[in-house]
Amino acid sequence: MKKVKSVSYAKWGYLFILPFFLCYLVFSLIPLADTVRYSFYEYYRSGIKEVGPNFVGFQNYAALLQSDMLKYAANTLILWVIGFIPQIGVALLLAVWFTDVRMKIKGKQFFKVVIYLPNLIMASAFAMLFFTIFSTNGPVNSILMNLGILKEPVDFLGTTFGTRSIIGFMNFLMWFGNTAIMLMAAIMGISPDTFEAAEMDGCVGFKKFWYITLPLIRPILAYTMITAIIGGLQMYDVPQILTNGQGTPDRTSMTLIMFLNSHLKSKNYGMAGALSVYLFIVSAILCFFVYRMSNDTDPTGEKAARKMEKKLKKGGKA
Amino acid sequence: MRKQVIAAALAICLCAGMLAGCGGSAAPAAGNAPAAAAPAEGAEGKVINIYSWNDEFRQRVEAVYAEVDHTSDDGTVTFLKDGCEIHWIVNPNQDGVYQQKLDEALLNQGNAAADSKVDIFLSETDYVNKYTDADADVAIPLTTLGIDPNVDLANQYAFTKTTASDQNGVQRGSTWQCCPGLLVYRRDIALDAFGTDDPAAIGELCKDWATMETTAATLKAKGYYAFASYADTFRTYGNSISQSWVAPGSDTIVVDQKIVDWIQTSKAWLDAGYLNKTVKGQWNDDWNKAMGSKSSVFAFLLPAWGIDFVLRPNWDGDMGAWGVTNPPTEYNWGGSYVHGCVGTDNPQHVKDIILAVTANEDNLLKISRDYSDFTNTQPGMQKAAQDEAFASEFLGGQNPFAYFAPVAEGIKIAPLSAYDQGCVELIQNAFSDYFQGIVDYNKAKSNFETAIMERYPDIKNVQWPD
Repeated sequence: MKKVKSVSYAKWGYLFILPFFLCYLVFSLIPLADTVRYSFYEYYRSGIKEVGPNFVGFQNYAALLQSDMLKYAANTLILWVIGFIPQIGVALLLAVWFTDVRMKIKGKQFFKVVIYLPNLIMASAFAMLFFTIFSTNGPVNSILMNLGILKEPVDFLGTTFGTRSIIGFMNFLMWFGNTAIMLMAAIMGISPDTFEAAEMDGCVGFKKFWYITLPLIRPILAYTMITAIIGGLQMYDVPQILTNGQGTPDRTSMTLIMFLNSHLKSKNYGMAGALSVYLFIVSAILCFFVYRMSNDTDPTGEKAARKMEKKLKKGGKA
Repeated sequence: MRKQVIAAALAICLCAGMLAGCGGSAAPAAGNAPAAAAPAEGAEGKVINIYSWNDEFRQRVEAVYAEVDHTSDDGTVTFLKDGCEIHWIVNPNQDGVYQQKLDEALLNQGNAAADSKVDIFLSETDYVNKYTDADADVAIPLTTLGIDPNVDLANQYAFTKTTASDQNGVQRGSTWQCCPGLLVYRRDIALDAFGTDDPAAIGELCKDWATMETTAATLKAKGYYAFASYADTFRTYGNSISQSWVAPGSDTIVVDQKIVDWIQTSKAWLDAGYLNKTVKGQWNDDWNKAMGSKSSVFAFLLPAWGIDFVLRPNWDGDMGAWGVTNPPTEYNWGGSYVHGCVGTDNPQHVKDIILAVTANEDNLLKISRDYSDFTNTQPGMQKAAQDEAFASEFLGGQNPFAYFAPVAEGIKIAPLSAYDQGCVELIQNAFSDYFQGIVDYNKAKSNFETAIMERYPDIKNVQWPD
């Protein structure tokens, strides 16, 4: 008779996580690999006839570099910046106000819900709403004309400035609540002792924000920023709906993902795949930074705090 | 051992559940019929699947197909007297959704169970060519179904038959409607600007583009716009181009002189104030509002379906405020074609439906009477033009068929290509910026080239007229 030496329970573990890995393989990994593979092929549909797949090497990548891809990347960046600057500014302000123990704001929970609300609306519905509000015969124009501020209706969506501002404004509205709540959590993570000590040293108002809060939430701030950049790279729904997928006027609000989508109209898997790979590389680089930050050597912020205290002391002497 | 079996079974169940949850988007529902093996040769299937983009075709079938018993309340299934069911698979036309869904179904046609095969699908003039293509071979030639176009469809307008034919002249679809367009004008504006709202007198003022321009200037002086948007006149130019956008087998888009004429006229008219600058294109809110009683737009260029489906719902004033007259040029806009789908298991039903809806003159006249559709029967429409029973209350008792019929006879349909929809859509978009003064002419041209090559990867050149 053989003797059972030991019982391995590991295989049960593997068996139970198997479904996830199978699904991941079928629905994520294989399509991902296929995207990369097809990026080296000429593969699209003309009418209902399929062309390809024919192997073409790096032709798709070269063709993309010659196209206006970089211009669309710039558009994406501009649209993102227009939305992100007010977003982070307002979010910081709100986070500081809501966490300040001396302010004693009533109904904090209520306001936290309210500022988060715009994020719950579907972006496409939001874009359609703004399209109607800012159309030449829309309510904004009628109000401004009735108030006597304007004589002629302004074609907001007919100008580059107008369209980009509206897109930026919408992204700001949708995301500032989300960011504010994240930053609130970060600020609440700072020990109140630090604030008290600083106040005893005579540090108030803006100085407290600049020398205590900001340095101590820097890791979260950087994380917010990087995830926002990655989100910005994928900006699609708002400009797509607002400009009917055309990136009007003069393709100045065409983002990278809208560009990708216009290739998918003809099921051009080759070109779309190549563009996705470019986007993947950029996102991967950004993710690398996030990874570095979340694995920092100072997880509790003690070192940073100590450093800060030293600095403050120095500042106090001066 | 038993535990192992149970665990394995659980794992498999979980996995299958997740797979089923994720994979729900493929192939249209097979209906409630059992997914049995394909029926024996010659036997008809029980389910007829029809792909379309709205319920218009269903209404037509219900109105004239004698076999119809009743339709379910949600409009998805029509029961026939012989026990068969028509399943309606409706996807919106906007943004190419209908074509995407249809293309998927057509690609799966070979593997689909008999009762989930596409039996009939519809196409619009803008993309009919994609589906009638002989190489693609997805629409059954009518002769194969047992319909002889020369006999059974002898009364149809010739250009609709040409449109539904493949490159070898084999007809692969048929339509119940014919879409000659008219000039539809506001009677009150006509009275104010010209002192008359008589269709004959207004028709004289709109008889060609040169006269129309003078008329537009008169309207402008009175504070009115001739048309709402530059896109309104597009079909009068774009649907009568002399050669197709892309010649068969070519990889070059040839922009017709007519299109350039449209661009130049539109720019001139917009700058002169004959068109409303705030209405950018069609099918948007501003365009709909331009059809309301507060608007100062004199006229629209619309076919029969446009008056009934577009103008009428947007008009908020009294009945009888609009009139119709001849357009500056004869043109055709739209038209839905009915195709039998290759691989259908219901060829007899397909044949009967096509004949009932598109060939039978009494049925077509009934559609014209009930839905004010201009139908595809030449002698029938000539009769309707004389018959006061076809007068429209919306048009103040005017009989629009008296104006539609002569336009229909004069239509010279533009040769089609599979690229028409993209060309029509993208050239209007690209030049919209030029009309608004945001980009210059050459930039608009290059924007069109970029957009069209993105949409159609097999297009390599764009050739402009000198």
